[in-house]
Amino acid sequence: MAQIKVEALDKSFGAFHAVKSASFTVENGQFLCLLGPSGCGKTTTLRMIAGLELPTAGTIRLDGEDVTMNRASARDIAFVFQLFALYPHMNVRRNIGFPLKCEGMGAAERNRRVVEAARILRISHLLDRSVSGLAGGDRQRVALGRAIVRKPKCFLMDEPLGALDTEMREAMIHELRSLHDRLGATTVYVTHDQLEAMAMADRIAVMNNGVVEQVASPRDIYDRPASLFVADFIGSPPMNFLPFRGGLQTGAEAIRLGERDVAIPAAREAMAESELVLGVRPEHIRFTDRGMVRGEVYGTEYLGTTQIVTVATSYGALKARSPSSRSFRTGETVGLDFRPDTLSIFDKASGRAIRTALHEGVVHG
Amino acid sequence: MTSATTAHSVVEPSATTRRFAGSLVVLYAVITMIPLVWIMLTAFKSPDDAISYPPKVLFRPSLEGFCNLFTTRSRQTPEFIRSLGPPQGMCDSIARDRNMVVAGPSNYVPRFINSLIIAFGSTVLAVALGTLSAYGFSRFRVPLKDDLLFFILSTRMMPPIAVAIPIYLMYRTIGLSDTRLGMILLYTSVNVSLAVWLLKGFIDEIPREYEEAAMIDGYTRFQAFVKVVLPQATTGIAATAIFCLIFAWNEYAFAVLLTSGNAQTAPPFIPIIIGEGGQDWPAVAAGTTLFLVPIVVFTVLLRKHLLRGITFGAVRK
Repeated sequence: MAQIKVEALDKSFGAFHAVKSASFTVENGQFLCLLGPSGCGKTTTLRMIAGLELPTAGTIRLDGEDVTMNRASARDIAFVFQLFALYPHMNVRRNIGFPLKCEGMGAAERNRRVVEAARILRISHLLDRSVSGLAGGDRQRVALGRAIVRKPKCFLMDEPLGALDTEMREAMIHELRSLHDRLGATTVYVTHDQLEAMAMADRIAVMNNGVVEQVASPRDIYDRPASLFVADFIGSPPMNFLPFRGGLQTGAEAIRLGERDVAIPAAREAMAESELVLGVRPEHIRFTDRGMVRGEVYGTEYLGTTQIVTVATSYGALKARSPSSRSFRTGETVGLDFRPDTLSIFDKASGRAIRTALHEGVVHG
Repeated sequence: MTSATTAHSVVEPSATTRRFAGSLVVLYAVITMIPLVWIMLTAFKSPDDAISYPPKVLFRPSLEGFCNLFTTRSRQTPEFIRSLGPPQGMCDSIARDRNMVVAGPSNYVPRFINSLIIAFGSTVLAVALGTLSAYGFSRFRVPLKDDLLFFILSTRMMPPIAVAIPIYLMYRTIGLSDTRLGMILLYTSVNVSLAVWLLKGFIDEIPREYEEAAMIDGYTRFQAFVKVVLPQATTGIAATAIFCLIFAWNEYAFAVLLTSGNAQTAPPFIPIIIGEGGQDWPAVAAGTTLFLVPIVVFTVLLRKHLLRGITFGAVRK
């Protein structure tokens, strides 16, 4: 098992700059998710770690060793593909044993390892089947088997659950995570699905337009987004943004929003008068008659235990999460209050989150 | 009384439609088979039956056509023939009935062997080169890829015979005219563009992940190509090979122009089999019938791959 250190990684395809100076570290045994919308460079980053693409600049270290330009086969890593990439002309046993055969391992030892991998993944009964007849989940298990059989330094997975249906995906999320806990293997996992990332990852690296926006634990990513993009991408529905103009003194505990003062976590940096954005998670909005922001109920989405209420305000449509017991009429005027200790403030121009007490771990959302 | 209505699917063709389509296929097959059957029948006719009018459908089968195909004969006086011993085999006895004796073997067998060597040689070469370049075009960033592919295809935009004269002069200068190697190279250069385009389509359909997985598992790219890509491209390779073989096997114009005594193939040889008093039609027909055999055998051997291959990879694995 190994630590993966990615430093200032750059990749251009002709004029297209796919990855821009990406840096992060995956500690030994850690499960890191690369999360972002399609085209954000997460798969390219993963493929560079695997050695399937060579970076334009930057270094990749495996356990301190610079492997940036090494051949894929010389890196001792395993890769799980979204489309499984099982060799159709081989049965399950030969597919799982293939990496060992490439290494030149003898048949007896190879078979022992294959049987062991199959047992871990509970696919022993499928070993002599042809891969073309297998269901999606089983195919994915075979692909995982091919990855774990070699006991590599780390696992790289490119949306391995993307081709499965929802039900199978849920089951595989738990299986993957418990497999990781059992093997303790360093894993980098690419996904565009925030629920997958939240459920499995020790740490999440959110990418956008080739840039790593934030690397943090799922909780920090959600509660303390480092940028407007992260705040918008994570959470369903996403964070509400209320644009306003103002400045901040270090230590300020309120901002001026329209006619009212809104309490915020104490600012830890000063900000000159500029365009700012106040970020509020839907679950941090309360309905009160004397709310700071007033608006009209536009519609509701019923989600079982909660409902999402869309309120048209002078700051645009805000979405609030409310217990589903409460009933709203469309067109009804309501007042909204924000939980002060959970608010984020962003600089609109750069998208960067402004440092406040929120970032010190003092406050929890 | 209620009449039972049979619910029938909108997408499935009805029984009538299927019968109609079936009979069309049979009709088409029969029409295309008639010339073939006629040639085969002619091969077993005597020279007189072959040119009789109205044409004979029922006749006494004779092997004279095959004998004339494989031998050369000379006319002798009946006295001379009587002075010889008993006929040497069946063909000799057929010849003696016409006051001739077998003088020796004809050139058909060497021409046929030339055809086999040149057609299969150029097919193997075209498919091998085509597979490698198709893989390259499919997987790598080749500068000017689209232009190169178009350039390769453009070699097929004019009839090959348009360049016959320059090639004839070139071949004469460099000593390739009337050699098997020359013909193999020529047919390869014509076929390789077809092979590249066909095979690129097939290889594009094979997900890259297979090779990438193999490369991560410890193979070099070339090993991955041989062990992982090729087995999955067999369908396309088989289909391409058949197309290339059919072209090289049937090619007539270049063969007439560039080959004569040494490397002549069967197509220019068969039509000029001259018998006594003009064209020896049964011998020509016999030569044609035998000429069909290798392609039929090759196609039958590969038909398992061909059926899927001809759909140009339209069926996903």
